[in-house]
Amino acid sequence: MTEVLQNLFWILIFPGFLFTACFGLIACWIVRKVSALVQWRVGPPFYQPFVDVIKLMGKEILVPQQAQRTVFLTAPLVGLAGLLLLSTMLWRITIEPTVPFVGDVIVAIYLMALPSLALILGSSASASPHAAVGTSREMKLVMSYELPLVMAFIVVIIKSGGQLSLATLAQQTPALSISGMLAFLVSLLCIQAKLGFVPFDIAEAETELGSGVLMEYSGALLAVWKLIQAMMLVAMPLFLVIMFLGGFGTSGMSLVWGICKYVLILVLMILIKNTNPRVRIDQAMKFFWIYCGIVLAVAILLATIGDCYGINWL
Amino acid sequence: MSWKIWSLKKSPWVFHVNTGACNNCDIEIVNLLTPKFDVERFGIKLVGSPRHADALLVTGVVTRQAAPRLQEVYRQTSKPCVVFAIGACACDKGIFHNGYHVVGPVDKIIKEIDPNAIIAYVPGCPPKPEAMISGVVKALSTL
Repeated sequence: MTEVLQNLFWILIFPGFLFTACFGLIACWIVRKVSALVQWRVGPPFYQPFVDVIKLMGKEILVPQQAQRTVFLTAPLVGLAGLLLLSTMLWRITIEPTVPFVGDVIVAIYLMALPSLALILGSSASASPHAAVGTSREMKLVMSYELPLVMAFIVVIIKSGGQLSLATLAQQTPALSISGMLAFLVSLLCIQAKLGFVPFDIAEAETELGSGVLMEYSGALLAVWKLIQAMMLVAMPLFLVIMFLGGFGTSGMSLVWGICKYVLILVLMILIKNTNPRVRIDQAMKFFWIYCGIVLAVAILLATIGDCYGINWL
Repeated sequence: MSWKIWSLKKSPWVFHVNTGACNNCDIEIVNLLTPKFDVERFGIKLVGSPRHADALLVTGVVTRQAAPRLQEVYRQTSKPCVVFAIGACACDKGIFHNGYHVVGPVDKIIKEIDPNAIIAYVPGCPPKPEAMISGVVKALSTL
């Protein structure tokens, strides 16, 4: 019984829902504030994302007449559940490196795909032409960035000598080698696409598609999507920190150092977001498959050579 | 004050509806988002879909073609919401009041489908951004 309660506490309160959501909403505020500063504006106060979510909770939920109701209503919850598991897993590994199981990298990669999948399901169930265009773009985007992302993680796994456990991968810093650095840069761009940030916000495209995939969502369901986006802003950079930058410590200096790594990734993403125009979907596919593919093929080759001959900096 | 009203005042998201404006009011609305006025300070954000919106910024005299669309957009907005009639045309037809294509000011069209709609008027041709901010503040303080 106490174990069940303990697990529920982990999932719902401390490293799970409450903590990650609050952390994510603050990260959301950082994104909006830094974007405002880049554009020479003042920007919103720190509680703005919290107020947005509270307000959406109190609004009316509209379901389009022709929508497939069940899928439309449950899709956000599926996405939230997947992301909740992912963030709980990542934080638990950070706090207590003894709990993980072998192969949790693979589980994490699967869970990372779940929010995008839920988004595709939910928006295609909404029977809106704008959302349909958004859905098709989101599907193509998922197909284009998933491959480079997994290849980038393969580079890390090769460099670690075939380890498949997040806790052991967090012990080393592959980003200090050439192949690891290449893989890190590519995965940063993939995360950018996963979060729907500007060069790759093709599926949401405010100016051409309304809000694309989220077009028909209103009220509390939209609030759930906003929470998912906020929590992704925590989980995805944290995953990169664990994979490439040597993890997140929990005591003293290593905690401060871990937060510095997280903020570094966040700021890099915000700067990419604010200095680039939106690309077309074909440009995004070409970019991820051809250019990122070539870079990663080189990185995998270098990592394999380095692993065979014991050269760490390759 | 209930938490719903409080949070609505702190983050009103607006959707911009053009029902036959000459584009002058639209330019002034976009002005609000620029560094000089920066309404994101108050949590005001321009959104792309009426389903996300808490306020509709309607510009322009309502033409015969635009009237049913305006009503549809109002129906699709999740309540509670506020309608802003921006500019002289939207408030009271302005210089187009005798036009053959004009069916009425914004309040008349909205009240046909919802007699209890909250409508705020910001007159001017075009209204100054300061006037719009003042209108938003006044409308929200009556909620």
